[in-house]
Amino acid sequence: MSENFEPVIVGFLCNWCSYRAADLAGTARLKYAPNMRPIRVMCSGRVDPQFVLKALRNGADGVMIAGCHPGECHYVSGNIKALRRFVLLKKMLRQLGVEEERVQLVWASASEGIILAEKVDKMTAEVRALGPLNWNKTVLGGNGHPVVKAEPVAEEV
Amino acid sequence: MNEEKVGVYVCHCGTNIAKVVDVVDVATWAGEQPNVEVAREYKFMCSSLGQELIEQDIKEKGLTRVVVASCSPHMHEKTFRGACERAGLNPFLFEMANIREHDSWITDDKVAATQKAKSLTNAAIARVVHHQPLEPIPVEINPNTLIVGGGIAGITAALELADAGNHVYLVEREPSIGGHMAQLDKTFPTLDCSACILTPKMVDVGQHANITLLTWSEVEELDGYLGNFTATVRKKARYVNEEVCTGCGICIEKCPAKVLDEVFEVGMGTRKVIYRPFPQAVPKYPVIDKENCIYFLRGKCKACELFCPTEPNSIDFTQKDEILKLQVGNIILATGYDLFDVKRIPQYGYGRLKNVFTSLEFERMVNASGPTDGKIVLRDGKTPPASVAIVHCVGSRDENYHKYCSKICCMYSLKFAHLVHERIPDAEVYNCYIDMRTPGKGYEEFYHRLLEEGTNFIRGKVAEITDAPRIPAEEGKLVVQVEDTLIGRQRRVPVDMVILSPAMEAKPDSKEVSQLFKMGCDFDGFFTERHPKLDPVATMTEGIYIAGACQGPKDVPESVVQGAAAAARVAGLINRGTVMMEPVRANIDQDKCSGCRICNNMCPYNAIVFHEDRHVSEVITALCQGCGTCVAACPSGIITGAHFTNDQVFSEIEGILWDVRPEKVLA
Amino acid sequence: MSDKPKLAMYWSASCGGCEISVLNIHEHILTVDEVFDVAFFPCIADFKVHHVESYPDGYIDVCLWNGAVRNSEGEHMAHLLRQKSKFMVAYGSCAYEGCIPALSNLTSKEATFNTVYFDNPSIDNPNKVLPTESVQVTEGELTLPTFWNTVKSLDQVIDVDYYLPGCPPEPPQIWAVLQVIVGALLEGKPLPPKGSLVGHSGVAVCEECPLEKSEKTITKFFRPYEIVPEPGVCLLEQGIVCNGPATVGGCGALCPQVGMGCRGCYGPLPGVEDQGGKMLSAIASVIGAGEAGMDEHEIERQIEAVVDTIVDPAGTFYRFSMAHSLLERAKVNGKGE
Repeated sequence: MSENFEPVIVGFLCNWCSYRAADLAGTARLKYAPNMRPIRVMCSGRVDPQFVLKALRNGADGVMIAGCHPGECHYVSGNIKALRRFVLLKKMLRQLGVEEERVQLVWASASEGIILAEKVDKMTAEVRALGPLNWNKTVLGGNGHPVVKAEPVAEEV
Repeated sequence: MNEEKVGVYVCHCGTNIAKVVDVVDVATWAGEQPNVEVAREYKFMCSSLGQELIEQDIKEKGLTRVVVASCSPHMHEKTFRGACERAGLNPFLFEMANIREHDSWITDDKVAATQKAKSLTNAAIARVVHHQPLEPIPVEINPNTLIVGGGIAGITAALELADAGNHVYLVEREPSIGGHMAQLDKTFPTLDCSACILTPKMVDVGQHANITLLTWSEVEELDGYLGNFTATVRKKARYVNEEVCTGCGICIEKCPAKVLDEVFEVGMGTRKVIYRPFPQAVPKYPVIDKENCIYFLRGKCKACELFCPTEPNSIDFTQKDEILKLQVGNIILATGYDLFDVKRIPQYGYGRLKNVFTSLEFERMVNASGPTDGKIVLRDGKTPPASVAIVHCVGSRDENYHKYCSKICCMYSLKFAHLVHERIPDAEVYNCYIDMRTPGKGYEEFYHRLLEEGTNFIRGKVAEITDAPRIPAEEGKLVVQVEDTLIGRQRRVPVDMVILSPAMEAKPDSKEVSQLFKMGCDFDGFFTERHPKLDPVATMTEGIYIAGACQGPKDVPESVVQGAAAAARVAGLINRGTVMMEPVRANIDQDKCSGCRICNNMCPYNAIVFHEDRHVSEVITALCQGCGTCVAACPSGIITGAHFTNDQVFSEIEGILWDVRPEKVLA
Repeated sequence: MSDKPKLAMYWSASCGGCEISVLNIHEHILTVDEVFDVAFFPCIADFKVHHVESYPDGYIDVCLWNGAVRNSEGEHMAHLLRQKSKFMVAYGSCAYEGCIPALSNLTSKEATFNTVYFDNPSIDNPNKVLPTESVQVTEGELTLPTFWNTVKSLDQVIDVDYYLPGCPPEPPQIWAVLQVIVGALLEGKPLPPKGSLVGHSGVAVCEECPLEKSEKTITKFFRPYEIVPEPGVCLLEQGIVCNGPATVGGCGALCPQVGMGCRGCYGPLPGVEDQGGKMLSAIASVIGAGEAGMDEHEIERQIEAVVDTIVDPAGTFYRFSMAHSLLERAKVNGKGE
């Protein structure tokens, strides 16, 4: 693990609450970890578990799913479906050896910029402490047989 | 797919982005990415010159996709889609990267911010090449409007719309419209008689040709979407035939049964079992309180029927609840508020100490048509108090109950002090407040008037109200224990009467109501507006608006403003006749659907139907709101969520992680 | 040999059921024999690797590769047969997506060896002998292939032309695919695009499944031995995990018809990246626990109670597609071994 490892976290933010919370955090000039890279979805209910797996596979050190608080979903209950999938996904990811801190579901309403910022900071610190995931190299690389040579990895920020 | 020509525009936003993100580096780097035809940076992309840059490149360089890396799409997505459209490019072939709110504004780390800007821009580029041209979906607006709640906000909205020539269904749970305002005596700070200014409006509603008034009614179900809602309304049985009743009131007079009026008179007075909540009630028809009616309880009486002078008789004991289906285009919710239950603060003694009153009880007491004919008296009904303490912030600005400021309590507490001075000139009046909050036209002046009238102001939160005396002067009195923070001393103020000023709070069923109408409410139960500043009467659900205290504590003028504003929003839609909706919709590939029915109960809008004959499910486009929950659920991956397809999101993930996983594994 | 097209079939990490499935096409096997010369088929005829090595490149017209790639020998053979074959078909679930052998990707090589050589009740190995790659005996050096950490699907090792799913593929599908190949080889008929999944229905198993399906809300899951399914009713609705909704059909929905939830052997629908992820999503979506309006922790607790009745989600949802899943294997001991 490099000394100055900065995790990359993919964030799936729902259009109505958490994305707006992130907008608000910015507008309020809250300073928080720039490690979370947001992807906008209409609802946390749109987050297909495949998205999470894809992000982990493609090099993310963590994935954050953020939605409206239960009962406040713009689409009534999409976030509850997200939660149901998340609970099962979490159980499966445990079997796949992915540490719990790497995939998190958080709630942040449109007015909770500060909460979203805090959760990003907290998750960033937790994933930073775990170290890089680097699925392709660490988990899939070195199979006891030669791997196709990797292209040079871009410098870490 | 690989033949798309993408134009990338990186905005400086003055220095908002450029002072943290190296925009030149981002643009140069973007220019080297696959599919990118041109990449530029510019001071203000949203300016007309910035937009022209895009338009020009679309025309001259034949761009087929556009990416703007600037602010939040909630800010300028519309702007740039417009630019694309003007240049002949389908507006959905555009994507925005938010490098301001999500990047330059949240960090001072220039290197990290620039890297993140590249990631977000790259994600947009990777995504946009998978975009499909989409066409907005036209929706016709049914010109009828449903307004729920007949308080001042709902009344205002109904009259505004009806006066403009639109039909309104006004549904009210209680037997009469009027809401809380009808219970009040005077309104601050002008001290107008509340009933005098409200009653004419209620009468207007009752008589308006464009308003169908449904009191003693509740909305039970809601289907549909903007422009085409179907509301199921239960019109509870009144046991009075509205067609023939003249509202003469003889039945009320003759009814032998009296009960405590817990609603309008807040337990301060009684009413008959066949009753109108108050004399000016609209509509004028009474209602029989079935639970307490002697006939319904014991099978005989029928005094009302006996004395009813109309032909045919207006009393109808066989009346049943009616279920009405209303077709409306828009809905305004103006369901009002409740007062905080002061019994939750036992140290204030309400219910235990008989001369502790709530604000609403006092309102009824000072009302000339109220239970004491306007006399301020103790619970014994005759003794006027020689001293009165008014306690502000009961349940509000309190970590244990509601954190929020209930906004109107300072003003009505001042009004109470004034009314006491007016009715009992010798009485000592104490207002115990945390902070005096009187912003509003004429409000601060009203406070100064009270200062001059000799009210004693004690700045401090009341700790306790007790009837246990410590000194002879406290014998037989209520003692208000309060820290006077201005002099830094604990005080014990003996008084005859205490009035508690409880917080306004959301209706206890506001969560269920918000779910019924498929919109959100906050933790306190107040309905959530689309934008706290710029869109205060719209909700997240298209076609559903909110007005008045159901959105948060507010006074009469503010409720009126919101009622009118919501009406204006609805009128605008009615005028347009047809609106264009975002084509972000789900679609099930009918050839590939296996009919597994996993998706069937995913949709909160019941937009998914299962065809028993063909064994496939289908999305009704007009009902779909585009959340994508069914798309994620579909195990066959054959539900497409337009503009958020799996391809698009997968590409975005790949793009956003460009710097951490370039290698592919193939042994 | 004659100038008939050359057919090969090779058995890598698999159970051998695929070889039997070829014979399951019954009298059509005579047509196969008529059309093809067998160039390599260790299961039914005595060929040696040096025979294959002696063939010119592209000599074999169609190679049906059955089995996942588990070790260096499999890899060597895959490369060799790829070089010698015009069309390489990943035949059956193991070759296509890893299948049962790839479930060991959920654990470490060490743990796999422990189970196989030490811990199985039927094992008698007092000297704790483990396979070693090289051992010196008087006659010289004996070698064994290198056992990999991770089981791979065929296309993770070599370029594959077609995929034929199933554990094993169903005879009508095999025959249909063979007909297409024969048509192409003998009559020049067009072949499906390279990389196609062939021999399936294109629609999920539910379409072929006659059980009555309704809207689903599941509050408890059962393992097959814990419940006697109600006949005629969708198994998933009864709480029996059935991967049918996330599995491409073509098998005729044989398992659910006899009360066994679809195990998912035909793999995901074309276009779906991760069968397990999709099935997980679908099944979690219809969990009937936790409603908006409850306390946030209570919602989660109720959902967890239902999820706890799914004993082995990874093994259940990735029973056949682990190697082909997005993550391919579990992280064990901080890495992949």
